[in-house]
Amino acid sequence: MKASLSLRASIVSALILIVFLGAWQLATLPPSGGGTVYADPEYAAMMGGAAVQASGMPTPGVVGQTILSQLAHPFYDNGPNDKGIGIQLAWSLARVLSGFLLAALVAIPLGFVIGMSPLMFKALNPYIQIMKPISPLAWMPLALYTIKDASLSSIFVIFICSIWPMMINTAHGVASVKKDWLNVARTLEVNAFRTAMQVVLPAAAPTILTGMRISMGIAWLVIVAAEMLVGGTGIGYFVWNEWNNLNLSNVIFAIFMIGAVGMALDMVFGALAKLVSYQE
Amino acid sequence: MNQPFLKVEGLKKVFPSPGGAQDVTVFENIHFGFEKGEFVCIIGHSGCGKSTILNVLAGLDEATDGNVFMDGREVKGPSLDRGVVFQSHALMPWLTVIENVAFAVSSRWHDWSKAQVREHCMKYIELVGLGHAADKKPHQLSGGMKQRVGIARAFAIEPKMLLMDEPFGALDALTRGVIQDELVKICAATHQTVFMITHDVDEAILLADKIVLMSNGPYAKIAEIVENPLPKPRVRQEIHHDPHFYAVRNHLVDFLVSRSKLIAQGELPDDYDPLHPPVVRPVAEALKLAA
Repeated sequence: MKASLSLRASIVSALILIVFLGAWQLATLPPSGGGTVYADPEYAAMMGGAAVQASGMPTPGVVGQTILSQLAHPFYDNGPNDKGIGIQLAWSLARVLSGFLLAALVAIPLGFVIGMSPLMFKALNPYIQIMKPISPLAWMPLALYTIKDASLSSIFVIFICSIWPMMINTAHGVASVKKDWLNVARTLEVNAFRTAMQVVLPAAAPTILTGMRISMGIAWLVIVAAEMLVGGTGIGYFVWNEWNNLNLSNVIFAIFMIGAVGMALDMVFGALAKLVSYQE
Repeated sequence: MNQPFLKVEGLKKVFPSPGGAQDVTVFENIHFGFEKGEFVCIIGHSGCGKSTILNVLAGLDEATDGNVFMDGREVKGPSLDRGVVFQSHALMPWLTVIENVAFAVSSRWHDWSKAQVREHCMKYIELVGLGHAADKKPHQLSGGMKQRVGIARAFAIEPKMLLMDEPFGALDALTRGVIQDELVKICAATHQTVFMITHDVDEAILLADKIVLMSNGPYAKIAEIVENPLPKPRVRQEIHHDPHFYAVRNHLVDFLVSRSKLIAQGELPDDYDPLHPPVVRPVAEALKLAA
């Protein structure tokens, strides 16, 4: 029954894709009859009728061709405004990973302290609550002014947006470690460091990893916007550059790649979460 | 003066009430003691503070007043000298059975090699009959098996005293019986000193040499200490044929049903001295006359 359910699900998925592609194709078809009417005949003559479509939207076929040609040469580099998708994604991933790792280095130890100490929780909670809802991009001017480097500023923006979910989840996970497990460690005269590493950390690990997964998701959302702002390299800049080029099929290709990479990142953290999860 | 192995002196516990208006004294003036190798059960209704007394003995909780001495030393904080079996087994679900026991063993003996720790753990895991499940995770085990791992973990550190907080409370009657039998065997083999909380009168008669009866709280007292007249070795299937069995059983049930409440209302014998609670040894009437 289980196999047949996933089979039926894949059939439905495939149908949805076909319907979507079909609708897209229909919506972007050039008007039939060949007699393209231009508001301005002079302009029409200049353009040469046949090359013009009904809308600026590329058809699925054109986008498919773009995807194939882009993926065939992902790492070409023809100067600042024309780099392969692989290079752009690598820049974005490098920024996301360094900002994320820096955030983890700060958030997890700090979350531990907050989770262990009700005093620190109460003292830091107002700051966390006010910092958490700030759009990370709002930090960008301050970052640019103080750091004076566009690439480092976007890493800072990733840092500031990844830190909160990790810190809050770590604190929550640490605070809700079962009292019984801590009492076991106490009756065995286990020192504080060993208790933290061998009892609290494994007990809180699933919650901490959930926080890291949320942070990574947010970081990947934010990097696109950040790179649109600061420019230069990265997938966000690529999208904005192709928009300026009016090359919509490259924009659609980039959107697709952002989704694929985001999904892959999430799957990595899903696998890590599975590794540290336990069943009671 | 000869000091008992474990001595509890003038223990008192006050819980601040949530409103702050009136603090609750759960128990006060608790005095008792027992010797090495004795199995002591404490019986009383919920709210009399027996779990608090056990936690104070374990060093996990602090009494408002009074002292506990074990082996001539004051009990201050938790120690490897006192092993605890928790009611909810308290196994760490991310560790296998043997890793759970090894966590305790390597805490007790820091300098042991991995092989030494493993061998020692297996000895105690086999003692509770779980040799075949050593590499399983707790969630793969039944409730009874989990509690046996908890017992193995507590025994494995070879503590001077074992503290058990209603270890079989959550188990079904059948499993409970099997583990009780195992516990009788292990205690006979190791001469372990045990202090255990129970609600089950039959369990107390089977396991305990001394049964401490607590009156209802608040202001709970030790009403009396019952010496078990049934000789060792006690076997679960046979103890109810012992001539004294029903004398003890009725004495304990009477206490739980009515006397624990009356004592809480102030009906104490005139010569009641909290420093020396009365020691009772209920025996069958017929045999008393014959003697």
